[in-house]
Amino acid sequence: MTLSEGPVAAPLLSVRGLTKLFGSFAACNAIDLDIAPGEIHALLGENGAGKSTLVKMLFGVLQPSAGQIVWQGQPVTIGSPGEARNLGVGMVFQHFSLFEALTVAENIALSLDPRISLSKISDEAATLSKAYGLPLDPKAHVADLSVGERQRIEIVRALLQNPKLIILDEPTSVLTPQEADRLFETLFKLKAEGRSVLYISHRLEEVRRICDRATVLRHGKVTGACDPKQETPASLARMMVGSDVAEVLRDGGAALGDIRIEVNNLSVTARTPFAVALKNVSMKVRAGEVLAIAGVAGNGQGELFDALSGEYPVAEDEAIRIRGKAVGRTGINGRRLLGAGFVPEERHGHAAVSAMALSDNLLLARSQSDKKAFLAGGAFSVIRFDAIRSATKRICEAMDVRKSGEDPQAGSLSGGNLQKFIVGRELDRQPSVLIVNQPTWGVDAGAASRIRQALIDLARSGSAVVVISQDLDEIFEVATNIAVISEGRLSEPHPAETLTLERIGLLMGGIHESQSIAENASGAEAAHAH
Amino acid sequence: MRIELEKRARVSTLFSIISPLLALLLTLVFGAVMFWFLGKPPLGSLYVYFIEPLLEVWSLHELAVKAAPLILIAVGLSICYRSNNWNIGAEGQFTIGAITGSILPVLYPEWHSWAILPLMMIMGMIGGAAYAAIPALLKTRFNTNEILTSLMLVYIAGLFLDWLVRGPWRDPKGYNFPVTKSFQVEAVLPEILDSGRAHWAFIFALVAAVALWFMMRFMLKGFQVSVLGQSERAGRFAGFSARRMVWFSMLLSGALAGLAGISEVSGSIGHLQPAISPGYGFTAIIVAFLGRLNPLGIIASGLVLALTYLGGEAAQVALEISDKAARVFQGMLLFFVLSCDTLIHYRIRLVLAGNQTKEVKA
Repeated sequence: MTLSEGPVAAPLLSVRGLTKLFGSFAACNAIDLDIAPGEIHALLGENGAGKSTLVKMLFGVLQPSAGQIVWQGQPVTIGSPGEARNLGVGMVFQHFSLFEALTVAENIALSLDPRISLSKISDEAATLSKAYGLPLDPKAHVADLSVGERQRIEIVRALLQNPKLIILDEPTSVLTPQEADRLFETLFKLKAEGRSVLYISHRLEEVRRICDRATVLRHGKVTGACDPKQETPASLARMMVGSDVAEVLRDGGAALGDIRIEVNNLSVTARTPFAVALKNVSMKVRAGEVLAIAGVAGNGQGELFDALSGEYPVAEDEAIRIRGKAVGRTGINGRRLLGAGFVPEERHGHAAVSAMALSDNLLLARSQSDKKAFLAGGAFSVIRFDAIRSATKRICEAMDVRKSGEDPQAGSLSGGNLQKFIVGRELDRQPSVLIVNQPTWGVDAGAASRIRQALIDLARSGSAVVVISQDLDEIFEVATNIAVISEGRLSEPHPAETLTLERIGLLMGGIHESQSIAENASGAEAAHAH
Repeated sequence: MRIELEKRARVSTLFSIISPLLALLLTLVFGAVMFWFLGKPPLGSLYVYFIEPLLEVWSLHELAVKAAPLILIAVGLSICYRSNNWNIGAEGQFTIGAITGSILPVLYPEWHSWAILPLMMIMGMIGGAAYAAIPALLKTRFNTNEILTSLMLVYIAGLFLDWLVRGPWRDPKGYNFPVTKSFQVEAVLPEILDSGRAHWAFIFALVAAVALWFMMRFMLKGFQVSVLGQSERAGRFAGFSARRMVWFSMLLSGALAGLAGISEVSGSIGHLQPAISPGYGFTAIIVAFLGRLNPLGIIASGLVLALTYLGGEAAQVALEISDKAARVFQGMLLFFVLSCDTLIHYRIRLVLAGNQTKEVKA
């Protein structure tokens, strides 16, 4: 350990040389980690750094290939999550494992001894949730709850086992700033009781705010241990990324041109029971403008993207206009032919087919828009592989896509490189309208800054860009105007300069957060006045 | 202790290529064991089963006769399976194709024209495609599982044929046997060579295989098949319609199965009867997978499976074992093909509890 100020008390948990191999790939490579009782310990790292693999080993989901876990001075083998719980380790996963059709109490009961009665669980859950400032109605159905409330169920579920160590995997990635604040209060309460928290995140500000110590991972190895309060975000980022991240450049105030994409009172009913209906969505995006749509996950972003892209055309032709032409009923390729480009949120199995080569994935998005270049033989539509390969090469060079081999499978690229390719695939066409959903979700900082820069440059060159994102830092970096989506409703756009994090947070919370609206009545009313 | 399938970091190219051969070898080894248990000389039996049929010209012709329907059906199925549509009912489409293709010779036995054969083939294809359209319609309309519907329709087709040849289509001069009139000479598919029975169905099979190989390898349509087969959502993003692909793949495979049906009846049998297929439609599923869903590979695997039919017949005579042995061989072959493919992508690992933590130096 290169730690300057070591933990005073004997560590609750120490990990020595913990390694996990997947085939020949070391997801975690000889990790050392100490967690003291009563500390909030951050585990920092980019996506793919090995954070999740490490905590899965601590929680018994994965078995280490080598190394030792010492719990309160005793070497232990954690064979399953059950064993981890018995030791006193609780975990709140990034992706919740809740049954939407069941109530809160029923969901909690599923993870407990079946002999405990449901009413007892309800009572205990209610007591606990009150004690820790996690308001929760045990009888509510999970389907009706917001993401923040669902996370509370997971936390209460972990707390019911009276754990000494609670692991939280990226807990704030799905929360509004206000919800996150409330979570932090809970964490401080836990700390005051002498419990330890292992807090996984890649949000540096947050870590600096709440964590006592931090361990930084990169490429499966520990690259630093520090007191985050002593560091700057830049120095933390350096530890995470290994080099300085390029800052996104923008020169404000480019003149806006004609309206490129226009949505008028678009309403779409929910396609599945758990989808979100779009209600009276209207927006206008001009050439040269980046409209960012902020919102907490699951508030209709995916549905809005589906409607804008034409993957699921809408009933009303006039509801969507691209470059003045009504396209509501036109499919995705018809809209591409009008000059629109699309980047969906999910890379694997939506934007790209993982098992196909990059060149095939280029054809995937552009088989109709670039028919003349990529297809020959008239009705037979014979694929011109040479043309597609050279275009693939061009895109990879333009976006600095790092890959092994000339034309590897999309699935073999890292998230950041594949995303650069997927964005580059559209930019290569010089789209006059670009719709992007979560452009840098799960992407390393280097690729993220490159992608954001590309979006800004595209707008500057006279295209209209719509960026749907949950990442407020990203939104402030790229946006000319910002609108917020909440429960399928889109707010009026506001110029980016006039908005603060606080205001957006309130807009994002929507009507779910009745409490915070009451507290900040004036701000919230202004937001819903449209 | 437990057994885990662990994904391999790299897929060996060498083993991907030899996997079907490995499966074949394992089938032979376990086939020998089976003969040994049956009290037959293992090597001698394998010789009768797999080598002897290849030594004479007439039996090579028989091989082509049996391989033709297998290849025709399997290349169609390979497109279906690649696009993630699981048509299991080729046997039924084969039967219906045989029936609709036989309408002209059965109802107009006096019509003597060169046009009758092409019309029969076309009507057979239409019949097979129409029968495959039923599961396609059910899938696109009601989201029904096509595996179940296409399979159940096989038995309906079989019983319908049975009723036809025992009832309305029975040859009145046929001594009460359940057969139709023998087809007029213009309605019989001609033989390719004078030396044996192999007829034009084998040519159809080769043409279909090469054409579909070209489509899958070079044409946008083939690309659509692969994309939609691997990810419907990515296909939607590309602007390809999964519904239309259900129709395309089901109608194509149905038409090819129908063509196989009428070719078999016209070229090999010469009339309709209750049993027109020794399970070609089901065996073709094995052919498709053994050929790695590649139309050219299917030509080779079709010949191999045809050999199990011939060997089965020879073994009945020479070794006095049941023709069910052919079924056992086909089953083993499918089992080993699928296992070899699985083991190319995964390795088996025995996990013993308590051996994961390595001692660290104090």
